Amino acid sequence: MLIDRKSRFLTREEMIGFAILAVVIFLVLPLALDTFRLNLFGKYLTYAFVAVGLVLCWGAGGILSLGQGVFFGLGGYGMAMFLKLEASTPEATAIQSTPGIPDFMDWNQLTALPWWWEPFHSLAFTMIAVVIVPVAVAFIIGVAMFRRRVGGVYFAIITQALAAILTILIIGQQGFTGGLNGITDLRTLKGWDIRSDEAKEILYFVNGALLFACLFVAQYVRRSKLGRLLIAMRDQEDRVRFSGYDVASFKVFVFCLGAAFAGIGGAMFTLQVGFMSPTLVGIVPSIEMVIFAAVGGRLSIIGAVYGTLLVNWAKTTFSESFPELWLFGLGALFIAVVMAFPNGLAGLWSEQIMPRLRKRTGGGNGAPASPAPVAGLSEVRKAAAE
Amino acid sequence: MFADYSMGELTAIFAMQGFAGLILFSIFVLMALGLAIIFGQMGVINMAHGEFLILGAYVTYITSHVFQDVMPGLFSIYFFVAMILAFIASGALGMFVEWALIRHLYKRPLDTLLATWGLSLILQQAYRSIFGAREVGVTIPDWMMGSVYLTDMIEVPINGLFVMGLTVIIFAAVGALMFRSTWGRSMRAVVQNRTMAEGVGIDSEKIDRLTFGLGCGIAGVAGSAFTMIGSTGPTAGQQYIVDTFLVVVFGGAGSLLGLVASAFSISQAQSILEFFLSGSMAKVLTLLAVVGILMLRPQGLFTLKLRK
Repeated sequence: MLIDRKSRFLTREEMIGFAILAVVIFLVLPLALDTFRLNLFGKYLTYAFVAVGLVLCWGAGGILSLGQGVFFGLGGYGMAMFLKLEASTPEATAIQSTPGIPDFMDWNQLTALPWWWEPFHSLAFTMIAVVIVPVAVAFIIGVAMFRRRVGGVYFAIITQALAAILTILIIGQQGFTGGLNGITDLRTLKGWDIRSDEAKEILYFVNGALLFACLFVAQYVRRSKLGRLLIAMRDQEDRVRFSGYDVASFKVFVFCLGAAFAGIGGAMFTLQVGFMSPTLVGIVPSIEMVIFAAVGGRLSIIGAVYGTLLVNWAKTTFSESFPELWLFGLGALFIAVVMAFPNGLAGLWSEQIMPRLRKRTGGGNGAPASPAPVAGLSEVRKAAAE
Repeated sequence: MFADYSMGELTAIFAMQGFAGLILFSIFVLMALGLAIIFGQMGVINMAHGEFLILGAYVTYITSHVFQDVMPGLFSIYFFVAMILAFIASGALGMFVEWALIRHLYKRPLDTLLATWGLSLILQQAYRSIFGAREVGVTIPDWMMGSVYLTDMIEVPINGLFVMGLTVIIFAAVGALMFRSTWGRSMRAVVQNRTMAEGVGIDSEKIDRLTFGLGCGIAGVAGSAFTMIGSTGPTAGQQYIVDTFLVVVFGGAGSLLGLVASAFSISQAQSILEFFLSGSMAKVLTLLAVVGILMLRPQGLFTLKLRK
């Protein structure tokens, strides 16, 4: 993976974009919101991990995965298992018929901890597993499918089926997974109460920092030769293959990277929200995560973060006051984002607002701040022309 | 796991589970048939397919009430009227959707998938607003109630038999339409080589619209048949969409024979496993097996050779 030496890591516009996002996440939101709302936005930002991964897989690589919820869920469940074990000390669960195991296991007449729960006593193991397990699953799926040149809609359908399978499995195996309710009643992380206001604020900032780490990794991949190859593969896969590149390996890599992001997001979700349940794994959440990326702009990693925040904020606001309207709105959003503005907010910005601002400020020199720079206008136009 | 049952009981279990599997098979075939036309022939992913099905079910529900209130004497045949109305309603909506949405997206299959998912959300909410969130059932005419006893241990519900018979008829009709009619010939020509088909004077846009409408119409009929064995809710369609897509992909998109083979194997595996394991594990194992086979053989069981 070589970096093209002519291109910088961030263009000037992108640097401004990153800076504005940092100001929004680390200054504006914490100052403007109370702890409850901040925690809510922290939850939204955990979906942004998935959306950023989708920008790489789908926007750049052309691989649409409708099973990102699987990876989000695997990460989230990993973290939830650790926290649940910590909450289920023999003292805290003394009233159970088998003290020392999680409460839902006791309700389901389990008398011993399943072997695959054992390693999650260790925080170090959990933190590794949260990333490695989703990556391993993605690797298996990716190798099996991309080596056989399965792509496009077939890949989408099969990943969607996997999301369905995992949901059914989690709900069916209640004694091992907590069933439909999920793993709830999580309290402390190494003795530190994650439910206190102070902890929620700290976790919000940790979450933000991790998101930025992922954004930088994503930016590095996009700027690298790999990123260019991904776009080339999306547009003309056979030509890339004939040029001697191993297309499948690049796809497997970017799919695994997306899974790793999703796993981290899932773990942060569990920490901030305090539970994990199959409702975050299945078909519906998985496809909603795609719409977050699509609204922000499928080509822009920063756009994906704004898209996630905006859609979730709208969801919370509207479904509180007009629950009926919200589904109509979400459905219309899916259609509109495909029909009217396929490059999302970032596309609107770079195609509509930026040129006008440029014109007004005279020439391209004093181009003002751009909160949502895209991967370069030529790419956007090309995608739009398709 | 077999030791607790006598030989006769085992036969009965397999026969009855096998029959339950046949009913599931009929539903799969009915649902997947419309999808096989739309996805297999046109390459369009219609995530709202389940909602077209539910539209047919609600049309049947309304028809049954109209017959009950207005002409109770004819109640025993209302179902046949409902089926035709369901076909027309779903087909008309399908053609409208093709005109308004799908035709702009033929070159972007992944975007079609997202747009039709949005459509399915809108339709679901529309059903919920109109018919309420609770599931509704229709009154089955008397002649469809009860069971036939084949032996004293094996019984077969009549409504299940009826749905199976219906499936055979619809399947035969679709087969005849695709392989014997002018429209079917034009449609296959467009699928195989659009430019050439247009060159010999086939209006490919019209064929697209009719094909999509037909696929949706069949979904409507399937929904109508669906009311005979289960109740209908706003989100019932979504529960089947993954199974249906897997049936179509597993069979090999575009092949009617593959569709039957895959629907048969999936439904039989699921219903026989269901007896020995919990329902959810049966489903998980079946789906995993299908996904596993698809990873090894992505083109599905049967494939058509196409010139792209």
